[in-house]
Amino acid sequence: MALGLEAALGESVITTKLDEVVNWGRQYSLWPMVFGTACCAIEFMSAAASQHDISRFGAEVVRFSPRQADLMLVCGTVSYKQAPILKRIYDQMPEPKWVVAMGACASSGGIYDNYSTVQGIHNIIPVDVYISGCPPRPEAVLDALIKIQELIQTESVLVDRHKEYKGILD
Amino acid sequence: MNATAIEKICTAFPGIACREGLKCVEMTVQPEKLEETLSKLKLYPELNFGLLVDITGIDYKEYPIKQDCRFYVVYTLRNWHDNMLVQVRVPVNDPEVGVPTCSHLWNSANWGEREVYDQYGINFIGHPDLRRILNHWQFTGHPLRKDYDICNRQICSDTYSMESEIKARLLKKGVDESTMQDINTEIMFLNLGPSHPATHGAIRIFTALDGETILANVNEIGYLHRGFEKTAENRTYNQVVPLTDRLNYCSAMMNNIAYVKAVESWLGIEITERCKFMRVVLSEFFRVQDHLVCIAANLVDMGGLTNYWYLYNEKESSYDLISRLTGARLTSSFTRIGGMYRDFYEGWESDMEFQLKAIEKGVSDSLALVLKNRIVHDRTQGTCVLPADKALSYGFTGPCLRASGVPFDLRKDNPYYNYDAFDFNIPVGSAGDIYDRIMVRFEEIFESIKIIRQAMKFIPDGPVFVENHKAVLPPKQQVYGNIEGLANHFKLIFEGIKAPVGEWYDSYEAANGELGFHFVSDGSGKPYKLKVRPPCFYIMGGFHEMVEGEMIADAVINLGSINIIGGELDR
Repeated sequence: MALGLEAALGESVITTKLDEVVNWGRQYSLWPMVFGTACCAIEFMSAAASQHDISRFGAEVVRFSPRQADLMLVCGTVSYKQAPILKRIYDQMPEPKWVVAMGACASSGGIYDNYSTVQGIHNIIPVDVYISGCPPRPEAVLDALIKIQELIQTESVLVDRHKEYKGILD
Repeated sequence: MNATAIEKICTAFPGIACREGLKCVEMTVQPEKLEETLSKLKLYPELNFGLLVDITGIDYKEYPIKQDCRFYVVYTLRNWHDNMLVQVRVPVNDPEVGVPTCSHLWNSANWGEREVYDQYGINFIGHPDLRRILNHWQFTGHPLRKDYDICNRQICSDTYSMESEIKARLLKKGVDESTMQDINTEIMFLNLGPSHPATHGAIRIFTALDGETILANVNEIGYLHRGFEKTAENRTYNQVVPLTDRLNYCSAMMNNIAYVKAVESWLGIEITERCKFMRVVLSEFFRVQDHLVCIAANLVDMGGLTNYWYLYNEKESSYDLISRLTGARLTSSFTRIGGMYRDFYEGWESDMEFQLKAIEKGVSDSLALVLKNRIVHDRTQGTCVLPADKALSYGFTGPCLRASGVPFDLRKDNPYYNYDAFDFNIPVGSAGDIYDRIMVRFEEIFESIKIIRQAMKFIPDGPVFVENHKAVLPPKQQVYGNIEGLANHFKLIFEGIKAPVGEWYDSYEAANGELGFHFVSDGSGKPYKLKVRPPCFYIMGGFHEMVEGEMIADAVINLGSINIIGGELDR
């Protein structure tokens, strides 16, 4: 039974909170920007191909232009040479934006504990979800996507995300 | 390697110390004699070392056997026709002064010498463009020197502009400042990458355009440099296997096999017949996988998305077999020195046959779309041509070299694992254009399937491991049951396999070409030095030669056709 305004307007109108409706739209139409550098990008290809089919979760519109994307998937090792590029592309993405660190290298440097490899991309940009594995299976990519969707549900459109973040290149 | 090689070289170079190494001739030359020696090796018709395979440096600072110089530079040359391999070693008294360049003899030396400069800080006198290649431009020090700490990380705050390089290249092509200022021929600089869908990874392609035509092109690599060689120096021989997975990750197991083959060749381990056949079956299966991804991505770049599904779906379903066998989809780490991680599972033959049939169908479906497709022909035939002599000079190997008409394939020319007993052909292109590179790969898929079927028919029963517990872990009953087994196990895990002191180079025909490993062993369980000779690196070095004069859209599909894999390119 409807109450208040809904009772007066009948079944043609549903009232809700702004956060709820915007987040509902955002979470099922994520546009990923694939920052693919290494092996994990091949597994992302599998996640996008027909067997695992990322479009079931509304995230199949893979944009290579950061200006058109709101989900950054960092698939692979990020070296110090690559780091300024990662930062620049992240900065080019419009707010709100979410970041997934796919695989051991992006999450922590992985097996490459050496002079050239950034020990986790959280040193460069803020990360929302980490995926373990070297490389992770495509199912894990889908799992991370669902986690991002759950995260979006809890957020408010009025609050800026990661405003206080400071990385090594800031 | 035929026995006459050492005689030939000794007679051609009286007074220079030559000795026989592992399947190659090693000669030590003083820097002032280097230029003369190298040009003689290349230009003498009976020597004819047309392919500069690799250049590397060695830092002997912590080497237990005293050398007369801290640094050496080693050139690996190949005469593919007569199957001769020679390594020329040059002592470097002062790295600041360095040794004379050989980039005028082989184009591949340009990038090879830049890498040695970057990693070891050895100068090359007369090099046209000696600057860092793998590490970033703000880097100080040289990481492969023994006194460089592996964890000394250096932050790069900005990308390198490359403006002076492209201007120098334009000048070389005859376009100077005054032409650039002329309004009718205004030149636009266009940057592709390092994060761009067309670059298939992280490469930076910087072009100077006249309309849509590329006037000049310079490329920047190293964005995926993850310190493979330095990391390998801190690991035992078997612990390096997982690192090799991540070289060419589209065909991970081929790198595993290439690596253990190189180590076994020095240890003198003759693997079992079943293991040999197993490695042949898996090598060829992964060659097919690699080509499937390459062609699929290449055709997507051209706009043929349907081909991607036909080809990539077969790769995806192949993962069923691969993960059942190895436990992993992409990074298999399936080989061990002296054998394989384990034998095939029961019933693998029917899985394999099923998969081969599916691949044949997928590839045939894709071929039906492209073989008589006018658009594919118009876009690929006659574009980005690289003639055979240039391909050899740039150090091309594998399908890209064969597309240019050179039938060099290590499986035929320097056979290992009974490849000489298999019946297969080496597909060769005629023009060296994009069309040839795609079609050579298509044909190689069918040839590889042919080899797999033959190997499946003749694979013998028996163990996959050799009985040598100095190299191979003993079975668990022995480890728990007797002290000798336990001691062997302990020593192998903690200290690693003890390789005899020395240096060697061994190579293998990987999906992209000659994948070689240059080792220096100090007798301990870890490699003193391990240099990879990645096929991609030298192919990318010739990229500008292929695309200059072509359209920008052709450069995109050309990059797809040469199959650049970042892990292998930058290590």
